[in-house]
Amino acid sequence: MLLPFKIALRFLKSSKGQTILITLGIAIGVSVQLFIGLLIQGLQASLVDKTVGSTSHITISSAETDKNIDNYADIIQTVSAIDGIKVASASLDKTAFIVVEGAEGQNDSSEYILVRGLTLDKADTIYKFSDSFIDKSTMNMPSLPNEVIVGKEFSETLGYTVGNQFEISIATRDSYKTETVTITGIFDLKVSSLNKTWVVSDINTVQDLFDTGTIASTIEIQLLDVFASDTILPEVTAALPPASLLRAVDWKAQNESLLSGLNGQTISSLMIQVFVVISVVLSIASVLIISVIQRQKQIGILKAMGIKDGMSSIIFLTQGFLLGLMGAIVGLLLGILLIVAFTTFALNPDGTPLIPMKLDPGFIALSGAIAITASTLASLLPAAKSKNLNPIEVIRNG
Amino acid sequence: MDNILELKNINKIYGNGEFKTQVLYDVNLNIEKGSFNSIIGESGSGKSTLLNIIGTLDKPTSGEVHINNIRTDSMKRAELADLRNQTLGFIFQFHYLLPEFTAFENILIPYLMKNSKPSKEIVERANELIELVGLTKVKNNLATKMSGGQQQRTAIARALINNPAIILADEPTGNLDSDTTEKIYTLLRKVNESFGTTFIIITHDRRIAEKADRNIEIKDGRINIDILR
Repeated sequence: MLLPFKIALRFLKSSKGQTILITLGIAIGVSVQLFIGLLIQGLQASLVDKTVGSTSHITISSAETDKNIDNYADIIQTVSAIDGIKVASASLDKTAFIVVEGAEGQNDSSEYILVRGLTLDKADTIYKFSDSFIDKSTMNMPSLPNEVIVGKEFSETLGYTVGNQFEISIATRDSYKTETVTITGIFDLKVSSLNKTWVVSDINTVQDLFDTGTIASTIEIQLLDVFASDTILPEVTAALPPASLLRAVDWKAQNESLLSGLNGQTISSLMIQVFVVISVVLSIASVLIISVIQRQKQIGILKAMGIKDGMSSIIFLTQGFLLGLMGAIVGLLLGILLIVAFTTFALNPDGTPLIPMKLDPGFIALSGAIAITASTLASLLPAAKSKNLNPIEVIRNG
Repeated sequence: MDNILELKNINKIYGNGEFKTQVLYDVNLNIEKGSFNSIIGESGSGKSTLLNIIGTLDKPTSGEVHINNIRTDSMKRAELADLRNQTLGFIFQFHYLLPEFTAFENILIPYLMKNSKPSKEIVERANELIELVGLTKVKNNLATKMSGGQQQRTAIARALINNPAIILADEPTGNLDSDTTEKIYTLLRKVNESFGTTFIIITHDRRIAEKADRNIEIKDGRINIDILR
């Protein structure tokens, strides 16, 4: 029963202008839907990456304030074995002060700093200090005791540079002391408050400076997939020593407003996509309904000659399907072109794309499938009209 | 001879309530197999309605239609489609070719409604019909690229492709000049004689009517005159 397909194809071919217009209409709809979908996906991925890409995804700390983790090395070893964990690193955070000499005629002042003792090689995977050095050729991670790296704002405010030494004032449990440290690098984490207050060193150095013994205040964990934290968090919690007062918290608990922002964005993106698809469906339906009216004579004579009602509706379903197929192909090409152009020409000052978009093959295939399905569904109404057409109406009215 | 068509007490009423119009009144008519019949009558007499009822395109308000001794007025739409496809051939005043197809393709369409691919035999038959109606030169032209007479001859070939028992024609030459009209009737007569096809033809043209075996005149919804020649 190839006749309905043959007739559908001829109908489309014989009214080329109409076919091209509606195909373009569908194509533009598909490309906009694809572009918006991938734009929002890219935007969210880059937002999540910027927000939590360089932080701890799951943080283990004591449930009690001011308590520390004694056996951190064991815990790191246990949790590192869990699937999906990229790196686990210990951190000992202590506050201290530095004395800033006042300008002439003014008093000296003291600045608060956060001294962060980290398992440097692992923590560098999380925070990417070595990648964010403002001059990579002359700067190094601390390797010797009492070596530190500091933030850009910190060094600018105080006029320090690599190789400089400065004193930090430390209040330990029962005394007050001053220690001298050497700067080996200056990082820029793009967050001014961190750049201003963080003084980063090896965890052993900080343990010595503050006379704490072998302890850590937190264990920071980064995951391969940030959104896997829902399933990995319970595993991490289960791996903690029983009876200990430790608890694990994931980034989602600390970024609720980011998550609700992302959710809102996902919903509005979906809304836009849905309405684009609806407008495509409506335009196909209206064009095909007009086409049924235009071809009323042909349908009528076909029915007089004995075409079955079902076949006469297949003619229009086929047209819807073919229009959807052509529209999807053109639209996907157009959309991909748009995305490539956008990531090539809309750039940050440093040459990276403004919004890094990924050509997700799954999403592209889904877009095409939706367009074809929607077009075929849109032709249901015209198909029904064709099915119900009574040949006598056409014959009697000439 | 056998009757290929029997109409029993056919009434046709359009509309309902106060606006009822009765178009046909108790029409009884038998048509013999292989005969060549003409129906004449003024416009509005009900002759086209009668032809449409015979062609199963319209249903009588009351009465029975039998084609080949099978009652058709109570058949379902799909059964009627099959019957029209296999047993009836239509030729209308406005030929109604599909303008998107060539003459040759138009002729094959009724066959392709039941078969997915044209067989060798049917292609041969189509070519024979094209030769019979004298369209060999234009058979690959689109329907829109032919003259009125050529289009009507294509419609005749199309009506014949499934070798129907009855051909129903409603003023098939209504919009053609007299030379072409003459040729078309000679052609129809030839088909009638060579294939034994029954013809029922509505015509305004007295000269044409005179060439038929039987003239039926419809007046105000009733058979007025019925002459066998």
